[in-house]
This record gives sequence, C-alpha cells and structure tokens, in this order.
Amino acid sequence: VRRRQFLVGALTGGTALMVGFRIGRARANPAPAASKRARFQPNAFVSVDEAGLVTVTLPKSEMGQGVNTALTQLVAEELDVDLAAIQVETADADPRYVYAGAQMKFMLTGGSSSTRTSWLPLREAGAAARALLVAAAAAAWKCAPSEIHTESGKLLGPHGKQASYGEFVRAASDMQGKQPGEIKLKEPAQWKRIGKPLARVDVPAKVDGSAKFGLDLQLPGLLTAVVERCPAFGGRVAKLDASKAKAVKGVRHVVEIASGVAVVADGYWPAMQGRKALEVSWDFGPNANLSTSGLEKTFDEALAKTGAVARHQGDADGALASAKKKVEATYRLPYLAHSPLEPLNATAKIDAAGCHVWAPTQAQTFSQQVAAKITGLPLEKIFVHTTLLGGGFGRRGETDFVAEAVELAKATKSPVKVVWSREDEIQHGFYRPMMTTRISAALDASGMPIAWRQRIASPSIFQRVLPQFIQNGLDRTSVDGSGADMPYGIPNVHVDCVQMDVGVPVGFWRSVGHSSNGFATECFVDELAAAAGMDPVAYRRKLLADKPRERALLDLCAEKAGWSKPLAKGRTRGVALHGSFGSLVAQIAEISVENKAIKVHRVVCAVDCGPVVNPDILEAQIQGGIAFGLGPTLKSLITLEKGRVTQSNFHDYEVLRMAEMPHVEVHIVPSTEKLGGIGEVGVPPVAPAVANAVFAATKKRLRRLPLSSAWS
Amino acid sequence: MPITLDINGKKRVVDVSPETPLLWVLRDTLGLTGTKFGCGMAQCGACTVHVGGAATRSCVLPVAACAGQKIVTIEGLAQGPTHHPLQQAWIEAQVPQCGWCQSGQLMAAAALLQRTPHPSDADIDDAMSGNICRCGTYERIRLAVKKAAGGGK
Repeated sequence: VRRRQFLVGALTGGTALMVGFRIGRARANPAPAASKRARFQPNAFVSVDEAGLVTVTLPKSEMGQGVNTALTQLVAEELDVDLAAIQVETADADPRYVYAGAQMKFMLTGGSSSTRTSWLPLREAGAAARALLVAAAAAAWKCAPSEIHTESGKLLGPHGKQASYGEFVRAASDMQGKQPGEIKLKEPAQWKRIGKPLARVDVPAKVDGSAKFGLDLQLPGLLTAVVERCPAFGGRVAKLDASKAKAVKGVRHVVEIASGVAVVADGYWPAMQGRKALEVSWDFGPNANLSTSGLEKTFDEALAKTGAVARHQGDADGALASAKKKVEATYRLPYLAHSPLEPLNATAKIDAAGCHVWAPTQAQTFSQQVAAKITGLPLEKIFVHTTLLGGGFGRRGETDFVAEAVELAKATKSPVKVVWSREDEIQHGFYRPMMTTRISAALDASGMPIAWRQRIASPSIFQRVLPQFIQNGLDRTSVDGSGADMPYGIPNVHVDCVQMDVGVPVGFWRSVGHSSNGFATECFVDELAAAAGMDPVAYRRKLLADKPRERALLDLCAEKAGWSKPLAKGRTRGVALHGSFGSLVAQIAEISVENKAIKVHRVVCAVDCGPVVNPDILEAQIQGGIAFGLGPTLKSLITLEKGRVTQSNFHDYEVLRMAEMPHVEVHIVPSTEKLGGIGEVGVPPVAPAVANAVFAATKKRLRRLPLSSAWS
Repeated sequence: MPITLDINGKKRVVDVSPETPLLWVLRDTLGLTGTKFGCGMAQCGACTVHVGGAATRSCVLPVAACAGQKIVTIEGLAQGPTHHPLQQAWIEAQVPQCGWCQSGQLMAAAALLQRTPHPSDADIDDAMSGNICRCGTYERIRLAVKKAAGGGK
C-alpha cells in the first residue's frame, strides 16, 4: 500500500517540476525566491529545488507541540539534509496527506498521534527522495548507487566526485515513475537527527512578532465579523432589530447565520461596537434551565443505572458481596473550556476558483467538508489552508468557526474573517465532559484489591462527532484511563458507563477521558494503599507485579523525586502513574498546604514513550501538559446557571499563571518500546499526584476538581 | 480626527474613533500583527506593548490616550538588526510553543529588566503573572529572563 503512495507521488512530481509553484498554499515562512526554480517532488511530502532548498509539506498542524520541527527531523534524517536547509509548510486539505493505511481517514491533528503515525511514512518519504537523487547521480557518474554517500544535502561519489542535491533535481525528476528500489531506512545507531534536541524551526519568528497565525491574516477587502450567540445552548433568535447596529460607523452587514447574529465590519472594534448595539431577544430553547447543581444531582442519580460495559473480568459483584473489607469513593469533575490563547477565528473567501479557507485548524478534512456543504461546491474546489495555531488543545478540531466564516463570505460576497472574543470561546465551547464516577473495591486480608467495580456517568463526545466509533453503546473516550484500562493486576473487575445526554456540548480536551478518569483511578488506588496501611509507591509496585515496564518507570520517578528521603517541614508528596496514547508517565508532586491554599513546588516526572525524536520538545510538552493539568487541578472550572455558562473571561475562568508554575523535572527512560504519543500524556497524572499529596498533608481526601472547590 | 502616534520610532497618522483600543489600531489599521489579542480585558497580557516605557495592556487603552507618547511593540523591541538580549535568551532557552503569548511575555520581561536589571524568581513571578501562557512555557520564561539579565551585566 505504501509503495503505491510513492508511485503516485512520483507521477505528480513531474507536474510539480513544471509548475514549481502551487497556487493558494499558505506558507508559514514563504520563500518567494524559490518559486520559479525547477523542483523534484518524488512524493507528497518532500520536494527539492535546483538551489538545493528542500520543502517538507506536513499533514499535521503546528499548534505549539513542535510537529514542524520533530516531523521534519524524520524526513531530514533519511534525506540527509540539515533543518536549516528545509522550508516547512502545512499541507492544504488533500487526500494525498492522509497516510496510507491510517486509522483516521482524514487530515486531523489530535490524539497525540502525529509522531506515531508519521514515524514510518515520513522517514520513508525522505529515504525515497534520497534514493532517487542517488540513482540519478549514479547514472551520471557511471557508478553503483552503493558507491555514493550523502551528507547534509550533498552527494559524494567515487574519485572525489561531489554535487549538491540541487544539481540532480532535473535528472531525478526524469526518473519519475521508476521504483526507487528497496527503501532501506537507517538503523537507530546511524541516526544523526532523530533523538537530538534540535532547535525548533518556528522559534525565531515567534520571538520577533513575524510568525503569522490565523488571526493575523490580511487580505485585500477583508471584513471582520463577530457573532452574537444565544447565551443558552440550543437557543435561537426570536426577534432581531439590527437598525442601531447598522448605524455604527464601520459596520457593513448584519447577517443571521446558523449560530446567531453576525455583525460584519471594517475591523474587530467596529464589529464589536455594532454587536453591542444589536437588539436581540432569544428563544432560550430546551436547555434554559440547566444548572450545575441540577446536573450534579442528575449525574449522581445516573450511578444507580446500568451502563454500557467497558470491562468485565471475573466476578466483582460476588467478591464485593463476600468481602470483609471494602472501600468506596465517588469522584466529581466539572466541565472545562479549552481557551487556547489565540481566540478562535477563520477566514473565508469565495471566488471563481472556489472557496478558500484560512484557518488555525486541527481538522483540515472536516473543515473542507463543512465548507463544501455550505457553499454547495465540490470538495476539490474547497481550499483549506492551515496557518499557525495559537494553541489548540482539541478546540480547534471543531469546525464551528470555519462554518461561520464560510456562511458569512457567501452571504456578504466579501472575504470575511470571523473572530471570537474570549467570552465567546468560554461560553460557547465544546467542553471537557463533566463526569461523576463511583468506585468500590474489595480488599483481601493483606489489603490488596481483589475486586474493582466502577460506574462512570459521562456525556459522550463521539455521539456528536464520530458516532461510528461508538460500539455496543460505549464511547471509549468516556472510560479511557479508568479501571477499564488501568495497569494494575486485580482479579475481578467490572467497569460500565452511563451515557449522559444533558444538552451541554462536549468535545476533545487535551488527553480527553484520561484527564478525568486518571484523577479517579489514581486517587482511588491511593485510597486503597492508605486503607491497607501501605506506602503508596510500594502498594502500586505490588499491584504491578506483572508489569515490569510500569514498575521500572515508577521506580525511576520515586528515585529521582527522593521518595524515600525526608522532606522539608510542611512539604508532602503524592504520586500517580498513568498510561495514555501509547506512553507511560509517572509523576510525583511536592506540595504544601496553608489555610486550604495548595502550593505545588515541584513535579518530578518520568516518561516512557519509546524512541524519542526530540528530547527538548518532549520536555516542553511534559512541562506544558503539567501546566495545562494544574489549572483544573487547582482552580479552573465551568459551571452553568439558567442554561448558560457562568464564567466569561480569565478573571473567572482561571488558568495557571507564572507564580503557580512548579519546577518540573523530566526524566526520559531510554526505551525500545513502541513509539507512544507525547502531547497529551503529561496532563492526566498531575491532578491525582497533587490530590494524593494533599491527603498526605491533611489526611483529607479531596474527591472533586478543582481541589479549591472540594474542601467542605 | 486624525491622531498622530509614535510607534517604534516612526510617526504614524491614523483616522479612527478615539476610543478604539490601541491594540486594534496596531493590528487592524496599521497591520502590526505581532501584538496579540487574547482576552480584551487586560487579563492575559498577550497585547502588552510599551507606552512611555511602561508595560501596558493595549487592548483596553484608548488610542487617543497614546498621542504624544513613545509606543514600542514587539516589532520594535530589537533596535537594529540584532535581537534584543531577551529575544536571544528566548531562542537559547527554546521558550515558545504555540507562540501566541510570547510577544506580550517579551514586552513584559523587557519592561521588568528596565526597572530591575537582575530580578529574583519572585520579581519575575510578580512582574509576569499577568501574562498567561496556555502552553505552559512559564519555567522556560523564568530561565530566559535570568539568562538575559545575566548576559546584560
């Protein structure tokens, strides 16, 4: 299958050679000088021009996680080119950029999957390009390809023969359609770029203000739109008087669209002034009475229902019925907004060629589909250009902001950039689902669990976005990280999930179900250790008797954190171990508590994610994951009153700030395990590690997030 | 009525309503998009610029209040072709992830170093806690500020 992809790519390479410039592609760092030069494009991902400039076109969005660097390292390794000689761009929506054989049949950046899914195809893409260049040089130099070596964009042949890649671009292109021969990837021992902390390619433009994000896009005649949406989910416009809004200087149009009332103006400020002048009365719809207190009751009641079975092993009910010692606890987690710092936005323009969309998006294919539906144009006439993303965290995998831009470009016959205010983003999200779970365990005489029974009450994300992924009534994202897939060896386990359908939109939030279930699982294991009178690390080790990889990771974390050593006065530690997205992470948090105020001083983290592409980016992702998880651990939450979100901006939807950032130490286990994800895996363990440290400090179990809301 | 602004050492004349926040004049009127929008109510620091030498949230500052004052944005932080020491330190420490907040972080840090050339951790936390980074680059920012402060001795 993969071979076919290369052959197809080689054929299109011929076109690329002649055209040399693809119209409509938004480059992160354009190099116009390169545009007229002949180039060799053996596959969709790599091209080399006559001057030796390599362009790597990635199917993944750069949202801070470092794909523009790490994925380029994969190509560069096999192509033997330095990152400095490479221009990186993000591919437009195009089926050629869905990896052959991929699970996801669409372009999407998510699920901590970018490096994992690119690991083989991007190295092969680099190797295939190199093989053709070598073959072209071998033909010219009348030697065997095996006599030619490559190094930093140079071909080195016998008798001192030497050429740059650029010199063989035309010859290599003439070999189009020919099999590059057996592609042999380098052995790990030969790697010069994979595994090295190479500097990020996007950093220089991000320190001088020149990096272009979606919100920074400028086009001739571009108008800016803001949208007034019904405060309650599922409501609609009952009556609209736009006369005052239209009278605001700079306002061009007021348009009713599916999501609300749009004010389209010369810029953001006049658009907002026009929006404030709108007179709208709303039909608040079926969810107008939703409140967090009511929802908590509904979720608690759901724990009495029977759910879709996520795991059934042995006889948990029987073991619990006859157990001498039982432990039971209920954990409650709130809705959370994503709040990437770049406000949501998208730009659309419809012209004779079709519909152009420029968006900071994680979801190119879905954006293309939604634009096709609105415009009635075929997919081939929808051009989705991905800009840099000012954060994503799952929110930019949605297409609501893209749909608005396309609707407005169509209605106003002008290019339109739709911009969400921070209030819009916090109050009209696809939230991390609220979740309540109860776990019961039976302990044997030595205090070890012989049964784990868990019920989870959670809304489903897949029900809205990918209903085909729901199997036997179960959305796996609702149970990920729970007793359904915990690493611990317990003979009798039953986990089920009651799907809650309560009218609040939910979506993928960095680490998804792992972020909530990880809290419950790792807090509960800690409760079991306490019930057994055992040290939390020693207890987990005993439960991991058959899991050497997990045990080794926990040991490393404990050693680096000085788990067995005394702490400064007033400090305590808590531990958590969590596997997600193919990687394992252990964290030990060191905290102090004063008047119920929790201060996290230090988090020691051990990671086993298989081979590492860029250890510096890995460290940054773990630091970032811990910061992202710590806000909701300590203080972030979304609540509802009268069907609407109570919070509106960063003064009441509080996120982690500088003074609250602990010192984070990251220890990477040298590993030959299967490659795992890294963008999300740092998030789940931090909340339970901190909560368990709070127990060590206060003997109080805080079973609700954020912890600030859990003291009673 | 036209308003004359001094931005990065250049005179710029804009004709906008006087209550328009400086942020939107920079971004929408003048095309200086290095200064970022994050919250619109001085809660996140993404829009931080220097006005009269002080770190200022441009999203809530009416443009009329800026007339006659020296305004410096991220585009003018480096004087000449070389980076400001903080930008250099940011690159060395590989601070940015998504990068959206970093213009504001750098402008806040530059104002801090002008006041306090050798800041302690607490000084940095105090001066920088108004600048949100959702990617969690805080620890690297601390490192980079100290690196720049040390290098500037």
